[in-house]
Amino acid sequence: MSDEDTRRVVEMAARHSYGRLVVFLAARSRDLTAAEDALADAFASALENWPRNGIPAKPEAWLLAVARNRLSDAMRRARVRTAAIPTLLAIAEEAHDMADAAPSFPDERLKLLFICAHPAIDRAAHTPLMLQTLLGLDAVRIGSAFLVQPAAMGQRLARAKRKIRDAGIEFEVPAAEDLPQRLYAVIEAIYAAYGSGWDDIAGDHPRSRGLGPEAMELCHLLLRFMPDEPEVRGLLALMLYCESRHNARRDAAGNYIPLMEQDTTLWSHPMIEEAEELLRSAAPYRRVGRFQLEAAIQSVHAQRKRTGSIDWEEIALLYEGLIAQAPTIGAMVGRAAAIAEARGPALGLKLLESIPGTAVKSYQPYWAVAAHLLTSLGRGDEARSAYDRAIGLCDVPAMREFLQRRRHALLQ
Amino acid sequence: MNYTILAYETEDAYAARTDPARQQAYVAGWMAYSQVLREAGIMVTGAGLQAPETATTIKLRDGQPQVQDGPYADSKEQLGGFYIINVPDLDTALSWAARSPAAVAGGVVEVRPNIPM
Repeated sequence: MSDEDTRRVVEMAARHSYGRLVVFLAARSRDLTAAEDALADAFASALENWPRNGIPAKPEAWLLAVARNRLSDAMRRARVRTAAIPTLLAIAEEAHDMADAAPSFPDERLKLLFICAHPAIDRAAHTPLMLQTLLGLDAVRIGSAFLVQPAAMGQRLARAKRKIRDAGIEFEVPAAEDLPQRLYAVIEAIYAAYGSGWDDIAGDHPRSRGLGPEAMELCHLLLRFMPDEPEVRGLLALMLYCESRHNARRDAAGNYIPLMEQDTTLWSHPMIEEAEELLRSAAPYRRVGRFQLEAAIQSVHAQRKRTGSIDWEEIALLYEGLIAQAPTIGAMVGRAAAIAEARGPALGLKLLESIPGTAVKSYQPYWAVAAHLLTSLGRGDEARSAYDRAIGLCDVPAMREFLQRRRHALLQ
Repeated sequence: MNYTILAYETEDAYAARTDPARQQAYVAGWMAYSQVLREAGIMVTGAGLQAPETATTIKLRDGQPQVQDGPYADSKEQLGGFYIINVPDLDTALSWAARSPAAVAGGVVEVRPNIPM
């Protein structure tokens, strides 16, 4: 393992311990903000200390010892105006004794996952809340990943936590009758951390803005708690397929390589295997949802590594299934692209142009696919104009350069 | 609400403006960006600015004008142009700003809400 990898593993261990403690303190004090504040210094020390000295044998006890000291300092200096401190100190004492004595600390993070994606919380806050409370990311990092001003992201998070406290939202796993819907909100929030979704139509799947590993961690966590939910398996499989292509997405010079032109020997075989196994193991539950379908589409692409070809009819059929579940712009553009490959660009373009709504005009993959199909049909002027739109809407530098190269090639 | 997108471009981007090999792609990038802003129906106005060396600054000191060659800010990235766009909120403005060629090419883009006049 490289130094960078080691640092990441240690950092992730600190984040996992931190998350366990946040939910333990918050479930008992009923105050998420106060629980995070109590652990903030301890967490910062861990991020600094652990990579140098290694992960302590009892990481939660280590963090709690620091937190406890800070809380008692705060008490002594009597700067404290909130009633939360004595309560938290008592909880931290109890937790510390428990962490010190038991072989492992209780893990109640599933409750926190459900709270973060609670229907009473603003949807735009679901993913940021998870990243902050479970993994300890700060508002600056989260804000940057979602293109939101850090101060505004901080306010959004604070508002959501106040709501949890003031509305007395239960730190419990939902009852069976609410579970499917509540679980879906959790899965969607995790996926939103992974990426803006659907950009893989043009061949890429930008890991939103650098939170791919965090999204994978959250999904692994959810799977550990809910091994019998096929859509959780589907989501993890989907992310693994996308991750497996990480080394094939750029050439040595950093140029973007579209999915169909990627060198499949650079795809990670173990990741594809893991994804295939997850998808296979989801099937017997006989509850096919959006994420299993999306993963299945990626699975068909992955088969090119073995067979050398892509079954576009199969992909088109899977998109059909997705559209039946939820007719998103992404799914409709994806279907048009697949149909174009299977049955010719003219039919694909017809499907593409029949997608209703004005939102599609600001959707970059729409124009990238249109440009590609118009080129195949020899309609150069229209293709150039479609490339211009795709270029104007693109915010990924390598992809933009790729589109510019394609457009330039049209001039010859 | 109107927001102003201030595009600060790198030295390399300014070099691309006059480099015959890169000029066309450079201009096409900005044209494409302006086009999508117009098509999204959010463009209020905007302009590209000529290179920083064409700038002249003026200030009054004790009532006396002082005129100097060159741009005001002596920074690595220089203001290369601006757009005023009409969008519902800052988040939307930022998502458009991120697509500007200045942002994509390693420059800096500043977004500010406008004061209604």
